[in-house]
Amino acid sequence: MLDIKRIPTGAWIGLLVTGVFLICAVFAPWLAPHGNAEIVGGVWEPMSSTHLLGTDNIGRDLLSRMIYGARITIFIAVLATALSFSLGAILGFTAAVVGGWFDTGMSRLVDLLMSIPTLIFGLVVLSVLPSNVVTLILVMGVLDSTRVYRLSRAVAVDINVMDFVEAAKLRGEGMVWIIFREILPNALSPLISELGLRFIYAVLFLSALSFLGLGVQPPNADWGGMVKENKDGIVFGIPAALIPAAAIALLAISVNLVADWILNRTTDLKGGRGNG
Amino acid sequence: MSSPILKLVAQRLALGVVLLFAVSVLIFAGTQILPGDVAQSILGQAATPQALANLREQLGLDDPAYVRYFRWLGGVLTGDLGKALTSGQDIATSIGGRLENTLFLAGCAAVVAVPLAILLGLLAVRYRNGPIDKLISGLALASTSFPEFFIGYLLVYFFAVKWQIFPAISTVFDGMPFLQRLQAVVLPAAALTLVVLAHMMRMTRAAILNVMQSAYIETAELKGLRPIDIIRKHAFPNAIAPVVNVVMLNLAYLVVGVVVIEVIFVYPGMGQYLVDHVTKRDVPVVQAVGLVFAAVYILLNIVADIAAILANPRLRHPK
Repeated sequence: MLDIKRIPTGAWIGLLVTGVFLICAVFAPWLAPHGNAEIVGGVWEPMSSTHLLGTDNIGRDLLSRMIYGARITIFIAVLATALSFSLGAILGFTAAVVGGWFDTGMSRLVDLLMSIPTLIFGLVVLSVLPSNVVTLILVMGVLDSTRVYRLSRAVAVDINVMDFVEAAKLRGEGMVWIIFREILPNALSPLISELGLRFIYAVLFLSALSFLGLGVQPPNADWGGMVKENKDGIVFGIPAALIPAAAIALLAISVNLVADWILNRTTDLKGGRGNG
Repeated sequence: MSSPILKLVAQRLALGVVLLFAVSVLIFAGTQILPGDVAQSILGQAATPQALANLREQLGLDDPAYVRYFRWLGGVLTGDLGKALTSGQDIATSIGGRLENTLFLAGCAAVVAVPLAILLGLLAVRYRNGPIDKLISGLALASTSFPEFFIGYLLVYFFAVKWQIFPAISTVFDGMPFLQRLQAVVLPAAALTLVVLAHMMRMTRAAILNVMQSAYIETAELKGLRPIDIIRKHAFPNAIAPVVNVVMLNLAYLVVGVVVIEVIFVYPGMGQYLVDHVTKRDVPVVQAVGLVFAAVYILLNIVADIAAILANPRLRHPK
């Protein structure tokens, strides 16, 4: 079904770059030339053959930090996205199937949560919560699940009135069956293309939090945290902070390219535009 | 102005007030969700029992949550936002000047971003599927993927460090001459503009394209009007409502973007104030600033709704 020759160039680039980042994330300890917290040289050494990307604000190898940073960034973003998707989709489907007070209550609560900008509410909550990775994933996941809830509820409401769902209900199937066996398979294609966008959003949100000093805590650092560590070098003309920032942008663009292609492919399956 | 429209507007405003109260509950609850004790989390594990007891008393933590909420709300409604835990300064006074700075920065960005986004959106529609359109949507894709600090530090690296045209740090103070102040905010305002521009442009393009599919546009095409005239005379007036909506929604987005941008440029505004005090776990300040941000955000959303009502004749005269 998947014809490799028909994958457009943009999607190829996206897949390739995303793949490289994923490999870095998974095999970080074997790929990185130096340890994550190992001090190997002077402060902010320029790029050289020993340190391909130079060194950071306290003399650690920037390339190694970047590779470990990929691992932390992608790990947290993936878990937060997984949480937001399972939570948002299950609640959204349930709201659509159950209807009534549950639907109204959930939808108003989500409206309320979405009326405060995510970053602002995230900061408010993080001001009292302990700063660790678990809290971070929970906060990011729960706040982002509101978007997934909206989408999955809208999709499920349409599917819920279809004849085959009606038939399943008359057959006496329980709610769990309706949600997971009738609605979920039919709602999958719009949800999957949303998955890429939510992942990008999680990466950007995490980076923003870490950049503000409220995300991953030192000595570990994700890419946003590395920008924070090295930002003071900018005014001396040392571009070390721009490298992790560019990596975030590159990851986001390549995932975007892949998500676009998947979106086109899934609309193809329903007789949409035919561009691979 | 007819009465149904007044009624609609009044409804939106009332809804906004209700929403604001609900949001204040949510923000207050957001700082209470810790199963343990706020005092403990502020002072850390090493705090002495005496210090904990003092802070509890200072925060009124011995009262039940709803009592504290209404005490806080009462204060907010009478303009008393309490005192900062860390510095003991009055929060309302600190917010005053900073809110002005933030609105000035956001205003500067909006003045540039809004006309530019609409113009580029129009151009993209005029030459749609051509190279200009492709270039614009490519840039839009890129810039929605860029974190704010990437754009910010790129600007600093080139304009402040390499070419030394603008200052890297935006110092502003009371009584600063207007032009000097303007020069200080050029870089942060440019960064903010770039952050919202692409999104605004894409939504403008979509809004106008939507109108372009109407039958009267086809008629205009068939009677031989030039494409730019069709857009100017027929499409744009009908697209005003959605475009105003787009603009307002993006201004709301801009208010959030301000947080990160202010930290990058060490700009003395609300965002910087919020982030500083989140790090210090200064709960009263965080609650107050969070509420102000939420209020501005909700206000802009209401203005977007009302503008859409005012600009749309079908909503103005509902059947």
